[in-house]
Amino acid sequence: MTEAPLVEIRNIHKRFGGVHAVKDVSIDLHPGEVVGVLGHNGAGKSVLMSMLSGALPADSGEILVRGERARIDNPRDARRYGIETIYQTLALADNLNAPANLFLGRELRTRWGTLDDDSMEAEARKVFHRLNPNFTNINDPVINMSGGQRQVVAIGRAIYFNACILIMDEPTAALGPSETAMVADLTKQLRAEGIGIFLISHDMHDVFDLCDRVMVMKNGESVGIHPIAEVTKDDVLSLIILGQLPEGWTPRNGG
Amino acid sequence: MTEPSGGAPPKIQRDWAALLRVAEIDTRMLAMVVVLVVVWLGLNLLTDGIFMTARNLYNLAVQSSVVGIMATGMVLVIVARHIDLSVGSVMGFTGMVIAWLQVDVFTLGAAWNWPTTILLGLALGAAIGAFQGYWVAYRAIPAFVVTLGGLLMFRGGAFLVTDGRTVAPMDPTYQLLGGGINGSIGATWSWVFGLAAIALVAFMAWRNRSSRLRHGFPTKPVWVELLLFAVWAVLIVGFVLVMNAYTKPRSDIPRGIPVPVLILIAVVVGMSLISRITRFGRYVFAMGGNPRAAELSGIDVKKTTLLIFVIMGILCGIAAVITTARLNAGANSMGMLAELSVIAAAVIGGTSLAGGVGSIAGAILGAVIMQSLENGMVLMGVSSAMRQVIIGLVLIIAVWFDSMYKKNRR
Ligand SMILES: Nc1ncnc2c1ncn2[C@@H]1O[C@H](COP(=O)(O)OP(=O)(O)OP(=O)(O)O)[C@@H](O)[C@H]1O
Ligand SMILES: [Mg+2]
Repeated sequence: MTEAPLVEIRNIHKRFGGVHAVKDVSIDLHPGEVVGVLGHNGAGKSVLMSMLSGALPADSGEILVRGERARIDNPRDARRYGIETIYQTLALADNLNAPANLFLGRELRTRWGTLDDDSMEAEARKVFHRLNPNFTNINDPVINMSGGQRQVVAIGRAIYFNACILIMDEPTAALGPSETAMVADLTKQLRAEGIGIFLISHDMHDVFDLCDRVMVMKNGESVGIHPIAEVTKDDVLSLIILGQLPEGWTPRNGG
Repeated sequence: MTEPSGGAPPKIQRDWAALLRVAEIDTRMLAMVVVLVVVWLGLNLLTDGIFMTARNLYNLAVQSSVVGIMATGMVLVIVARHIDLSVGSVMGFTGMVIAWLQVDVFTLGAAWNWPTTILLGLALGAAIGAFQGYWVAYRAIPAFVVTLGGLLMFRGGAFLVTDGRTVAPMDPTYQLLGGGINGSIGATWSWVFGLAAIALVAFMAWRNRSSRLRHGFPTKPVWVELLLFAVWAVLIVGFVLVMNAYTKPRSDIPRGIPVPVLILIAVVVGMSLISRITRFGRYVFAMGGNPRAAELSGIDVKKTTLLIFVIMGILCGIAAVITTARLNAGANSMGMLAELSVIAAAVIGGTSLAGGVGSIAGAILGAVIMQSLENGMVLMGVSSAMRQVIIGLVLIIAVWFDSMYKKNRR
């Protein structure tokens, strides 16, 4: 790969008081690539991604987008760079309905400049239908929706606006089997369209099915970045739990 | 589809529920209207029919307008998880400044005098709102603290404007804004206004429906649309009839709709539009529902917060205009304790103190219910101390009722 990576994170740090949540992490992401970010609970995966999505400021280190230094001070900046995020917490306004959440911050408007709720509802129906054909009560406040339906709203919000860089923080945690499969298909389709994706997941099957490379984090540090073809599930588990590859490791694909 | 296993509810009840669902009527709002009707009938009985005379309803409408105007702003403030304790003081201070400018500073009787003082008053309200909003939004001081400070500062300011002296009289044209003897628009214009309002209701319903049809969404049955329209038309015609039934002293010239009520209606329409069809309004509700989510969605939460307080300040300025016009003076006690009635009106009207929920129409109903109780008790000769006790209890019961309602709906 000779072209500049879509995203390059260099030596980034984040501290919360005494907790060094992300320690000197560097990772890049190319167009049409899915990079898995793995690690135990509290390893620092979400914090790392939050710095890319503008949700948290980095303490030091830099982020490059398409080879150029990017200033990402808030979520609006990130969106301007084409970075979309499915947050682990979903980040939905519970009192609003699904279309309002889908378009929050980027509402469709009539030529008078007022909210075009009908167009937003029509678009929302299309997006949500693609993810879950049974999702029809989209005009309820999302607080009255099931966990899976809420997750569909959060996913729809990230994919609707033609992202170039997609961050998926445990996107299928609340989904049933068929919806999970749908999201896997969607991920593959987006990758084929040339979108770069960071995927945080605890599901080894998904990781090996979808990712091109994996990065494993432990206690805030990156303990290894590997093409998926060179590691086995046991190798990855060893990285997550022990922070190192098994003794006498050789690449699975022969290097 | 989901019949409860314990047998279907009685048919009547089911039909009602179905009707409300098709008509998309908010049951909470309906409950409030029922409460209002019950209160009115009760007070009418207790006052031997004085309560529901045209004269009293006219006065009630005028009395409700000041609190109602400020309550529409308080809805936005509370929905966004803030509070504004300073509205009474801000109203008193801007009112004093308006009166002082009009009477002591500017040329008395000049045609430009009163319009200029109104503009300056509204600008002052906006500036005060911006000041308080700045501390809340950009310096992260809780609104409770900032506006508690404002409550003291601007009450003191109201005194300082003239060292406690009451300023009077106001410009005769300006007084019309207060709804005094000549402060209403007469029978003909009231009918024009009423018919225009009915036409507007019909137009909005038609536009809404045609837009939904164009997108292929389900619509309400035509008969429901017609029924809703009929209800609105009857209410509007009834309102105009009542306002026209109250005549000027020693004559049978109908007064018509009082100017402060027209101002209230304009504010309500404007604020409803702001809260429902603008991005700003959507963001206010999003911030109330989940402030962090609003921020992550790219909403400029700080700017939105500042703007909420600016709007609240302007509304205090409008309320100050009506109050000084009605008093025909500026007195530094104006708006004393008004913050409590304003917050109570919003809360009785279904605005949740937890944020994220509230409606402008509800706040107006809340203001009218409170003002009806106040007005009715005055007619019955209840002492002011006793009135306070009762209004306080009503507030607690209203919030209790609201929380029960929410629990049962789940
Ligand atoms: N806003 C915050 N304030 C203080 N500490 C935080 C904050 N966010 C995260 N942390 C801390 O940073 C560390 C990393 O958290 P992070 O959310 O990145 O974990 P994670 O790898 O995403 O875990 P999980 O798999 O459970 O989602 C944790 O020790 C956490 O307590
Ligand atoms: Mg996480």
